[in-house]
Amino acid sequence: MTEARQLLSGDEAVALAALHAGVRLGTGYPGTPSTEILETFDRLGGRAQWSPNEKVALEVALGVAFAGARTLVTMKHVGLNVAADPLFTAAYTDLAGGLVVVSADDPGMASSQNEQDNRHYARAAGVPTLEPADSQQAYDYTRLAFAISERWRIPVLLRMTTRVCHSKTVVHPRASETGAEPTFVRDIPARVMIPAYAKPAHERLRAKLAEIAAWNEAEGPFALDAGDAALGIVSTGVSAVHAREAAPQARHLSFGMTYPLPLERIRAFAAGVERLVVIEEGDPVVCEALRAAGLPAEGRPERYRFGELDVARVRRILAGDDTPEPVPPKGKPPELCQGCAHRLVFEALRDLDCIVSGDIGCYTLGVLPPFSAMDTCVCMGASIGVGLGLRHVLPEEQARRVVSVIGDSTFVHSGLTGLAEMVYNPPPTGHLVMILDNGTTAMTGLQEHPGTGRALDHSPTNQVCYEALARALGIADVLVVDMTDKGLSLKDLIAERLARSELSVIITRQPCVLAAPKIRLYDKAAAATCAATPEPGAEPRLAGG
Amino acid sequence: MDTVKNIVIAGLGGQGVLTASDMLAEAAFRAGFDVKKSELHGMSQRGGSVSSDVRYGACVLSPMVPEAQADVLVVLEATQVEINRPRLRPDGVLIGPELIGPEALANRKSLNVALLGAASAVLDIPEEHWLAALHANLAERLHKVNEQAFAQGRAAARARAGGQPH
Repeated sequence: MTEARQLLSGDEAVALAALHAGVRLGTGYPGTPSTEILETFDRLGGRAQWSPNEKVALEVALGVAFAGARTLVTMKHVGLNVAADPLFTAAYTDLAGGLVVVSADDPGMASSQNEQDNRHYARAAGVPTLEPADSQQAYDYTRLAFAISERWRIPVLLRMTTRVCHSKTVVHPRASETGAEPTFVRDIPARVMIPAYAKPAHERLRAKLAEIAAWNEAEGPFALDAGDAALGIVSTGVSAVHAREAAPQARHLSFGMTYPLPLERIRAFAAGVERLVVIEEGDPVVCEALRAAGLPAEGRPERYRFGELDVARVRRILAGDDTPEPVPPKGKPPELCQGCAHRLVFEALRDLDCIVSGDIGCYTLGVLPPFSAMDTCVCMGASIGVGLGLRHVLPEEQARRVVSVIGDSTFVHSGLTGLAEMVYNPPPTGHLVMILDNGTTAMTGLQEHPGTGRALDHSPTNQVCYEALARALGIADVLVVDMTDKGLSLKDLIAERLARSELSVIITRQPCVLAAPKIRLYDKAAAATCAATPEPGAEPRLAGG
Repeated sequence: MDTVKNIVIAGLGGQGVLTASDMLAEAAFRAGFDVKKSELHGMSQRGGSVSSDVRYGACVLSPMVPEAQADVLVVLEATQVEINRPRLRPDGVLIGPELIGPEALANRKSLNVALLGAASAVLDIPEEHWLAALHANLAERLHKVNEQAFAQGRAAARARAGGQPH
């Protein structure tokens, strides 16, 4: 099948596998490095949707799985924190269709706020987890994950990393299958997690995991390279290829399912080697599990918890070389684009010496010179809650300078509840929330969201109107600012509001300079479609401003 | 791994570093090699430093070019040469933006393809695969100008190496 050979990124390979596995609906929220999975799935002809956030995405997917169809949910590592609530209890339920959750971790933080290792979620939630090393494994393990999910009626985690998501490697795809036709079959004790049903469900989950562990020992994917018994290397994910390149003479064992671990297979491997070293990125998850099982696993110095591994770092670990590593020369940092409306916002906030509670997106770059106008940034949506906390306790002179700044996509993701909090528990000095609306999810590569009025494939859909939403929550002072207005003094508008003790929302609006030409094309295409089809009679916008 | 060729392409966001490495990887792929291409591109659109690794050969393991192992280093922006130079092996080939004068190209946006053309002069991938990869990665209206840029880069590299440009 040489004609089927393809050069694909890990993300593209997952998308192709989802298509070949008969996935009926893919859901997710954009997040580097996972974003391209759903975009590719859509491009290949699959049905894909961006959700407001990862929690909703997983819940929609769970509904699809309860309906008996296959579904894929994609997110970056921190997205799984948001989706953790449904994940932990979904693990108790019996699914009908396969449910695969992709968590794309970011060791080294190429584009993230932390480098959490989501293999901890596998153990904590009790969900089987596969870790591909390259695009072929990304393809194979996605297909396998659906089989495991349906055999044991359990969600399966596919743990990717940035390097695997974004590297292109050769893939040999296999024949497609069509998933089962969705239909509702009532099974109340398996899906309604009240204590009476959840108690036996938890026991069922543990029994499933024991069976999956036995399956992994006997049939789970692994690769064993015969080599010199003096050095035995156990590795997972992309570390497996670094390790094989760094120590071609060693004996290697790598395996695809890292939870539950194939402990007996590893024990047999360990018995045949003189030195047993675990090579893994992130936290020493496998190493600690092996030690807990009584295996003499050698870990690595603490410094390798940080950042990615590569061939040179693996050589250092194996050689016990603890000399300082060369520091890579600093490149040019990214910056807000010329012409970006966010620049004007951060100039104003800087000039007013505001205390800025920031959020996640392109506009986080407002923290860097020449603006240096951001004081906190923690997680999606935190700008509003953190800003309110600062307002509640700071002395009045400082409290009055606090502003929360959040992007349009981030606002729908996790800002709505913050706004409800502001209305419910208003600080004595009031508060100002600025929604920086550039009409796209810019940082991750210009994805749509519920505020853009366009679906994942950029076709028109209902649009959430932020100003109507803020007013409906009870905020009287909601101002929409057209950032292309040359006569505008944003500084004055902000200063005015900081002097009052009211709750205010300013929405600064101007399309992202990178997205604007594309948005014009989408609008043109939508207009052409509208002209070509008869008037549906219903206004498509829910709350258009 | 001795047979693996290592190429690093570097520049700033917006210069077409990733398009160039896509073309290179595809050309090697079309030539029948095992290929791995790797970069981190979360922030690349915001004007920051970008680099992309391409490795090809009979069997490629790690997707990242090990430190000081690049056979060829292609740099699209003069300020990015020094920070990427440690990637190059001592006897490796550096292809910098000065190879193609500012007036040489019909469109300076084709610099990525021109320098790829220069790299092609020192890599063992037949020309037909380069052109096919170029076509597969660019809109049709850009084919002609980029074919020209590719040929210019290839000729410039051969002239510099003392070979016969054609």
